[in-house]
Amino acid sequence: MKRRKFLNKSALATAGTMMIPHFLKAYETSHLGSGAPAHKILVIVQLSGGNDGLNTVVPYRNDIYYRERPGIAIKADKVLRLNDEVGFNPALEPVRGLYDDGLLTIINNVGYPNPDRSHFRSMDIWHTASDSDKYVQTGWVGRYLDANCSGKTCEPHRAIEVDDTLSLAMKGADINGLAMLDPKKLYNQTRSGLVHSLSENKPEGQHENVAYLYKTLAETVSSADYVYDKAKRVKASQMTYPGSELGNRLKTVSELIQAGVSTSVYYISIGGFDTHINQVNQQERLLSQYAEAANAFMRDIKQAGLVNDVLLMTFSEFGRRVKQNASNGTDHGTANNVFLFGGNLTPGKVFNEAPNLTNLDEGDLKYSVDFRSIYATLLRNWLKTDDVAILGKKFDTLQFV
Amino acid sequence: MRKEKQATARMRHLFERAGFGATPADIADAAQSPVRKVVRMLFKQSESYTPFTIIDPEEYSPKKQLKNMAQNGMLDRESLKTRIKENAELVRDLNVAWLDQMASGKGALREKMALFWHGHFACRAQGRNGLVMQQYANVIRQHALGKFGDLLIAVSKTPAMLQFLNARQNKKNAPNENFAREVMELFTLGRGNYTEHDIKEAARAFTGWSSNIDGEFVFRQQAHDTGEKEIFGKTGAFTGDDVLTMLLNQKQTARYITGKLYRYFVNEQEDKQRVDTLADAFYRSGYDITQLMESIFTADWFYEPANVGAHIKSPVELLAGMRRTLGVQFDQPQPQVFVQRTLGQTLFYPPNVAGWPGGKNWIDSSSLLFRMKLPDYVLKAAEVNIRSKDEADVNAELLAKRGKNQFTTTINWDEFEKPFQRVNDEELPETLATYLLPYPLQPVQQQLLAKTLKPGQTHSERIRTLTAALMSLPEYQLS
Repeated sequence: MKRRKFLNKSALATAGTMMIPHFLKAYETSHLGSGAPAHKILVIVQLSGGNDGLNTVVPYRNDIYYRERPGIAIKADKVLRLNDEVGFNPALEPVRGLYDDGLLTIINNVGYPNPDRSHFRSMDIWHTASDSDKYVQTGWVGRYLDANCSGKTCEPHRAIEVDDTLSLAMKGADINGLAMLDPKKLYNQTRSGLVHSLSENKPEGQHENVAYLYKTLAETVSSADYVYDKAKRVKASQMTYPGSELGNRLKTVSELIQAGVSTSVYYISIGGFDTHINQVNQQERLLSQYAEAANAFMRDIKQAGLVNDVLLMTFSEFGRRVKQNASNGTDHGTANNVFLFGGNLTPGKVFNEAPNLTNLDEGDLKYSVDFRSIYATLLRNWLKTDDVAILGKKFDTLQFV
Repeated sequence: MRKEKQATARMRHLFERAGFGATPADIADAAQSPVRKVVRMLFKQSESYTPFTIIDPEEYSPKKQLKNMAQNGMLDRESLKTRIKENAELVRDLNVAWLDQMASGKGALREKMALFWHGHFACRAQGRNGLVMQQYANVIRQHALGKFGDLLIAVSKTPAMLQFLNARQNKKNAPNENFAREVMELFTLGRGNYTEHDIKEAARAFTGWSSNIDGEFVFRQQAHDTGEKEIFGKTGAFTGDDVLTMLLNQKQTARYITGKLYRYFVNEQEDKQRVDTLADAFYRSGYDITQLMESIFTADWFYEPANVGAHIKSPVELLAGMRRTLGVQFDQPQPQVFVQRTLGQTLFYPPNVAGWPGGKNWIDSSSLLFRMKLPDYVLKAAEVNIRSKDEADVNAELLAKRGKNQFTTTINWDEFEKPFQRVNDEELPETLATYLLPYPLQPVQQQLLAKTLKPGQTHSERIRTLTAALMSLPEYQLS
């Protein structure tokens, strides 16, 4: 406690934070506030299966789009127009208001060199932020944890995946994030069987693997206790969330944020976007679930006065082919759009040019923004950390925050 | 008494590493014999090989063919749907058949080696191509203990691998380097032992390698680049087979493979000198896998304390091992796939061509809690309230299903309990631990285990309670 105050004071005394090692800074700031976070929060929503970007943000004036998709194109008069080139799929109506308020930015044509069209491999690349011909065993959020903690501050709950299992993105070399569907469930798990007693009794002098297992166990129990304890003191969110899985999970995130849990990154994934057959209804159902949940979450965050501290990013492992297939669906493609929600975004709304349908790579969109540039921007300008150390090389940052 | 325990501990270690564990009776039995004799027996038991025949090539039609049949009016819409769904179930059936084989203890060493090769020559089922995955599994099982060169050549020519690494896209004038790169980086030499030029030129040599609709390797002469290539400083009109021979001629391949085997079967921390010696012998033997593994399992250092418990069990090792030790049979296939998926290792679905990273990568907060809870699910039919993630691939949705909320299993407790029938209550926890864990129990663990027992339990009930508790210890995750 004393040390914390001292550090905080010295930070003020030097009129800046340059003198404080980065990991300490992250640690201290996150503990200062009473309720509201003094640090920025990133929420990642992954759409698994390859969301069809062209039917999400529709190039409604493009003849090629209508020619290549006679059975599934979204009619121009149905599109919610954003500018002269593109508009939302009508299912995104619930986030239209956020867009109009400048709380939503869309980045088009996001991808990476030599794209892989396999779900798993492409997701692997997005999770590890690796080149498409390299195999990396840690995730970019995991490495963010590695880079921003030391000793006691290495707590798994600094990055929480709202789920029962942990994604590769969340695994670091020294520390992993925490998978937790809700605080009570995890707490109960750590109170089941011998878990809690074992976590307090680390055996001595055996192989380092034993130490590693017991260390993981102790961290899990301690993080579960911490999050459960914080969360139970806070009233349930007053905002009405849709009853979908994403709605429930975003509600959990909002409650944890408002409880002042010292978590910088939240991760959620939802599936079902692999629309090879009869795409239109399925995608609209999913997009509308997504939009309703995202809208409720951002409204909730805004009401709590945190809209400038929370940024929500949505991505999918790839977009889909420009030309529809014979089953009124689409097959695996390449570049896609990324959505960013938040109050601290550079006003831009549609950040860059619409996809160029005349310049394709064997029927697929060419990327113009490397997804790692988005990661780099989020790491450097939002989470205020060393993007190069985490991503392994320098990517251009973008001007969206 | 102490000597007896040591012999038991050695045999537990050997059976864990050279297979998927053993029943306590088998361990007790083997502890009466010298190590060499037991090792010889393990190889003997794995001499023969029976291919999987879950999928009958005569009956099987891939999705494309089914769709053609539907278009030609040979199949109605409903039958088409059913047949496609049945195809999807085949990879799952194959997965469970392999797990059954591992858990049966029959040819355990061969199956353990095959699991290693599955991670080494990692190949992932794409869509619903069950037949080619069965072929692939049979190839790695058939050659698992043979000559590494035969294995390399055979697996490189399986349609599963050819498709996975884009061989069909690798054509004269438009080479695809995927296979050429991975065969050097991951299958033989390891990173840093070749140049980009070698890969480019080797890719040309592999042009023309392909497979037909019946799932057979074919060499398409017209797609092959017959020109001269310069690979590893040599120039000639090399073919794909020539490149594999050149890779096998390099001693680095023996070193790379031996190092990987050592880290998997002995200790993740490599003993450089030991591996060098083993690799020399491996190379001189013409890549004889049996000879290499025999020298590992009979070496004194294999049984040194530093190597015991040094391996974190993979999810498949954990599940197959628990089944083997207790003679567990599952009524349904789905829960077994669910366990694999939740813990991050599904047979036929490695994450990428680099295989499962293994070691500490298996463990995070949620996977550790699930592993510690697994005995409750398997032995006590505890309710499962965990879900694995949705599968991104619509073709693999079936894998993501958990099945019922409880596992239905039968356990061969009679067989398991045999060696413990005359062990007194006081000795029981420690004796069971000798068969189940790599380390003796610490006093604090003894106390915790004692608390799990209820007064008035019969001897048999005590054995069952303690076994479930021992299998939920973090130490049970190690072998």
